[in-house]
Amino acid sequence: MATAATQPVLSVRDLKVATRGRQPSEILKGISFDIHPGETLCLVGESGSGKSVTSLVAMDLLPRDELRATAGTVRLNGEDILTATPSRTKALRGAEMAMIFQEPMTALNPVLTIGLQMDEVYWAHTKMRPKERREAALAAFAAVHLPDPRRIYDSYPHQLSGGQRQRVMIAMALALKPKLLIADEPTTALDVTTQKQILSLIRELQEEQNTAVLFITHDMGVVVDIADRVCVMRRGEIVETGPVEQVLSRPREDYTRDLLQSVPSLTPRAPRASAGGETVLEINNLEKTFSFGSLLGKLMGRESRSVRAVKDVSFGLARGRTLGIVGESGSGKSTVARCLMRLEHPTGGEIRVNGQDIANLQGQQALAPARRRVQMVFQDPNRSLNPRLRIGESLIEGPLNLGEDRETALKRAGELMEVVGLPCSSLERFPHQFSGGQRQRIAIARALMMEPEVIVADEAVSALDVSVQAQVLDLLAEIQERRNLAVLFITHDLRVAAQICDEVMVMQRGSVVEMGPAAEVLGKPTHEYTRALINAAPGRDWDFAAGRRIAGATA
Amino acid sequence: MSASSNPAQGALPRRRLLDNPPHWTTVLAVIVLVAVIVMAVFAPLLANFEPTRLNAAMRLKPASDTYWLGTDSFGRDLYSRVVYGARVSLLVGAGVAIGAIVIGLPLGLIAGWYRGIDGVLMRMMDGLMAIPGILLAIAIVALVRGGLLTVIIAIMIPAIPQVVRLVRARVIAAREETYVDAAVLLGTRPGKLIRKHLLPTTIAPLIVQGTYMYASAILTEAALSFLGVGIGTEVPSWGNIMAEGRLYFAINPWLVFWPAIVLSLCILSINLLGDALRDRLDPKMQGRAP
Repeated sequence: MATAATQPVLSVRDLKVATRGRQPSEILKGISFDIHPGETLCLVGESGSGKSVTSLVAMDLLPRDELRATAGTVRLNGEDILTATPSRTKALRGAEMAMIFQEPMTALNPVLTIGLQMDEVYWAHTKMRPKERREAALAAFAAVHLPDPRRIYDSYPHQLSGGQRQRVMIAMALALKPKLLIADEPTTALDVTTQKQILSLIRELQEEQNTAVLFITHDMGVVVDIADRVCVMRRGEIVETGPVEQVLSRPREDYTRDLLQSVPSLTPRAPRASAGGETVLEINNLEKTFSFGSLLGKLMGRESRSVRAVKDVSFGLARGRTLGIVGESGSGKSTVARCLMRLEHPTGGEIRVNGQDIANLQGQQALAPARRRVQMVFQDPNRSLNPRLRIGESLIEGPLNLGEDRETALKRAGELMEVVGLPCSSLERFPHQFSGGQRQRIAIARALMMEPEVIVADEAVSALDVSVQAQVLDLLAEIQERRNLAVLFITHDLRVAAQICDEVMVMQRGSVVEMGPAAEVLGKPTHEYTRALINAAPGRDWDFAAGRRIAGATA
Repeated sequence: MSASSNPAQGALPRRRLLDNPPHWTTVLAVIVLVAVIVMAVFAPLLANFEPTRLNAAMRLKPASDTYWLGTDSFGRDLYSRVVYGARVSLLVGAGVAIGAIVIGLPLGLIAGWYRGIDGVLMRMMDGLMAIPGILLAIAIVALVRGGLLTVIIAIMIPAIPQVVRLVRARVIAAREETYVDAAVLLGTRPGKLIRKHLLPTTIAPLIVQGTYMYASAILTEAALSFLGVGIGTEVPSWGNIMAEGRLYFAINPWLVFWPAIVLSLCILSINLLGDALRDRLDPKMQGRAP
């Protein structure tokens, strides 16, 4: 794709960025890279590696009161961005370089129509007449394959789906045919099937316009799908750079190798022998309908709107087994979990915990026995621990509610801390003193304090970096084995599901479309939707463990 | 620093109230407030005369060595009256702020947590807010005999909905946090859950709201006294000193001017302190106000 003869579109040399303040710390420690026309360079790294800061420097969008570039050059077509005036870089943004962000909802103005926001791009940078601008906008929407561009033009951001909004962002970014497109995790907030479409759209438009793309991601699968070259970043440095095939198949650095090794394989692991444990959790014909409508509306005879979030879901879970619920956002998988934890009231069906139906019980007292048996680990460990309470207080809350005395509860908490691999002294500290992975360990320990028989993990590793994710999954597996726990694992990530689940249940729009042993569902899917999900998994044609392409990888 | 992709990493150190030196306006505000408090507490020591001592021979005199700020139409020393007036103002401010929080906080917690009660309670609060505060206060003072307690209650009632709405909003935001769900799953009863997980999130905004209520209560008390429905003139307050001075504005405008200056400085200082507290307690508001 790229030839060394062409002049690079973006050339970064020895770029250093430091925080402001009395004790500046270096965020970027002298990084260098080039991007040529028509090339996609992936900056890949875990959180805190400095990849987003790199993109902000290139766009001259650094938060000036917090960060500043201390050394180096950033040349866009030979022009140094760091020394250019603010008005010059403003003109360059949009015309010469453009950016798309992770969350298209926050990047769009919610109170203006899409058309007006698109119009502004042309208005600010070109001398087109209003009519020409409208024509150009409609053409741009058509180019990103948005259905019915005229309707989109008059829509507000909230009226579009996440994928459509990201298409609008791409249309805006590419409206003036910039030489450089910076994409900062543009598909992280999207479902896999949408992600696949967006990635191929970026590819397609890039080939049409010969744009250079700086693509920032933490997902190795996405790297496989989109990158020409890769820069692996770690703690503000580029540890390895090279063509994608080379870096993935013959990584030079240990760090890159570890990163690749932590990517779970899509091939289901060997099935575990069923231990024949008794069924502890049984869901029969679970239904959940959310109705929207006020009391006043009902009195006035207005029809209330309702959404059937969960339709006729049934499954059983035995001790020592792991059931995975997979599906995209809105499929109802989290609602199933919230219903069976009785954080929501199910509108129909049975939830049997050790044979007792808890679907219609009310109040903490009635639910107490079931609550002790079934515990939950949440997605975001930042939000699942009360920031104002010491870890010890959070851990002993459950046992105290059950009447255990403080001393013994604290002693058990200390022991559990060591089980999850943290020092006993952690009990004295606050959540913000721990990293994300450590906090998730604490959340697991808190669930274990109740000595449950079932653990429900709702996207429990989705917010974590891959290397941390692998550690937390190992911990869960170890605890499951030692305590003979049943685990209900809810995830959108088929790779994770393939590695830890015995059975897999695929949900779509509230219904179960396919259910069975993991090897069968993920290896030989029968339902069309399951097949689409597997096909959309990023990097599915690459074997990360072996470091080579998988021939003919379509399900 | 791809905080967007994963906010879990790189835990920030906790912010402390006095991490950075305060802005000079904040320092000034604190100095003024301390002065006013000293004035109120040590009024008998600081005043030159009894604030109620009449002296028919020395009516409406200009400032002099004996009468630092002059005298009013009854020959009472204006300086001593202003010093004593601080007592009423501070008492009314504190009474209203504390009273409104003591009553509003539990109501707000209940409205935020129990969705069933929320609708009814909040409509009642809407009803209270629909009545103009001064009008309600005048009505109450007119019904019951005037006095410090009556004035405090009269000003406090319209302030309660502010607290309820603030607390309710914080509780509704906090109950979306998964640590509240986690606590429910750990079997925590509603009472303990509210006390342990929800109440602490409301404290910081309440402190800030408290300072604003304090300032506005002092103003309202002055307005009530000025209108003649507040505390009787036998107890000097900045409001009733101005009300009396108004009649002789053409002869001696200082009768209105001095209490007004002290009142304005006091209100300004409290508001500045409130702004400073808000900035310190809510990092998102950083850099918006001095």
